[in-house]
Amino acid sequence: MEATSFWATPWGWTIITIGQALAVIVGVMVSLAFLLWGDRKVWAGVQMRKGPNVVGPFGLMQSFADFFKFVLKEVVIPAGADKIVFLLAPLITFILAFMSWAVIPFAPGWVVSDINVGILYLFAISSLGVYGIIMGGWASNSKYPFLGALRSAAQMVSYEVSIGLIVICVILLVGDMNLSRIVEHQAGGFWNWHAFAPKTIIVMFPVMIMFYVSALAETNRPPFDLPEAESELVAGYQVEYSSTPYLLFMIGEYANIVLMCALITILFFGGWQAPYPTAGFLEPGSVFEAIHGLLWFILKVVFWFVMFAIAKAIVPRYRYDQLMRLGWKVFLPASLVAVVLIAAYRVFGGNLI
Amino acid sequence: MTLVAIAFYIMALITVASGFLVITAKNPVHSVLFLILAFFSAAGLFVLLGAEFLAMLLVVVYVGAVAVLFLFVVMMLDVDFSKLRQGFANYLPIGGVVALVLMTELIMISFAVAERGAAAGNEPQAFTADATNIETIGRVLYTDYVYLFQAAGFVLLVAMIGAIVLTLKHRTNVKRQDISTQVGRQRKNAVAIVKVKTGEGIKE
Repeated sequence: MEATSFWATPWGWTIITIGQALAVIVGVMVSLAFLLWGDRKVWAGVQMRKGPNVVGPFGLMQSFADFFKFVLKEVVIPAGADKIVFLLAPLITFILAFMSWAVIPFAPGWVVSDINVGILYLFAISSLGVYGIIMGGWASNSKYPFLGALRSAAQMVSYEVSIGLIVICVILLVGDMNLSRIVEHQAGGFWNWHAFAPKTIIVMFPVMIMFYVSALAETNRPPFDLPEAESELVAGYQVEYSSTPYLLFMIGEYANIVLMCALITILFFGGWQAPYPTAGFLEPGSVFEAIHGLLWFILKVVFWFVMFAIAKAIVPRYRYDQLMRLGWKVFLPASLVAVVLIAAYRVFGGNLI
Repeated sequence: MTLVAIAFYIMALITVASGFLVITAKNPVHSVLFLILAFFSAAGLFVLLGAEFLAMLLVVVYVGAVAVLFLFVVMMLDVDFSKLRQGFANYLPIGGVVALVLMTELIMISFAVAERGAAAGNEPQAFTADATNIETIGRVLYTDYVYLFQAAGFVLLVAMIGAIVLTLKHRTNVKRQDISTQVGRQRKNAVAIVKVKTGEGIKE
């Protein structure tokens, strides 16, 4: 009895939460290493190369080798740089990328912080992500990083608008901002997932594709990698970075990409729900159910990550004015129409899907 | 001291300190960064009050959008501070008056809080477990205050149109990309196959 009373106290709660946070961070970091390898393999496959295949079996350990390479290099800080802001920028990118994972439900009940405004929290944290890039670009005190920072500021603010409106569609369908409720709302087979629900598929499926494209732009992924377009800006905001600060930028970027994959999965692809009804053979609340859900969640996230990797390999880079046109003149009106349609469906189409 | 109290003191201290540094920082970009820190820790204070929706909105709107554009502008300006400081003595009286008025207002508010507000036991209606504060705000915003809400929307719309009208210059001498004509272009309109006799070339 003593042990249970200790875990109920604030200190016990703090220890449990720190343990959960560490578990999530380590899990995400390790999976990032392999996803990065997968990204490079897909990219190589499209270009008919072999990709990383030297370190470890199938080159699986390549990311760890790269990690040590970055960590053991010298940190170079340009003479004209604003030292504090220069070093703060990659830290901010890194920390924000991992803060968002606090509200992601991995499996039934497996979430560090099950807050009511979960999706708004994600939106708030991802809108902060732009600061790492702007600060890095400005503090480098150099032309290419500065231009990259300006581009990314405009780009990320623009695409946040359409992402916000698309998220509102999902919130309207579910009637809740809690991510676990959103996933639970899609239970009972893939025909209940928001992307495929028969009554709303005409609106929600295109909206899901719009979210995917906006997520590409929001994470500065090709074809929208203008802040770091190597043919125009060398490496954009990262030009002056080396060693560990660069590594932090890169890990933060990839953590954000995987977060966006997880977000598409949760909002449109049913999160940890299996594509078949599980009511018959899975006992609610059992460990087996949780692991079953976790496996489906990972599978779906990997699917969307492969989509991101393929987009990087096969789509040519957009020009800047085309990017802005797509964001403001196509996605903004389209997502606004989607919000109106979904709201009308909620008012006139009954309460259930 | 409970965890909540510790969190409150840390965040309140950061808010006040960064607010102070906004005015004293030499570099304008540092000022904006401290302003952002102040916004962020104010959002933390909102969370401690149980107003998580307001906190998230503060971060999304002010930190995520307004301050980004602010930073954007300040980074591109080449502000010469010695020039700005020149007229400091001239503006001191009028600045002092503004500060005095603000100070009086703050004191009046704190007295009102002490007599009739939370300090006197009339705490604002706390949110309950069955109604989240999003629902509570929505219920008031779209019923009691719907006209004010709409009016605020119109004010923002007018401001937006004004900003666009001031900056929009329609230039007719530039080449523009029209994606619908590009996509709608047919092969028969674009390509002509001509048989050319040797040594004659194509006559147009």
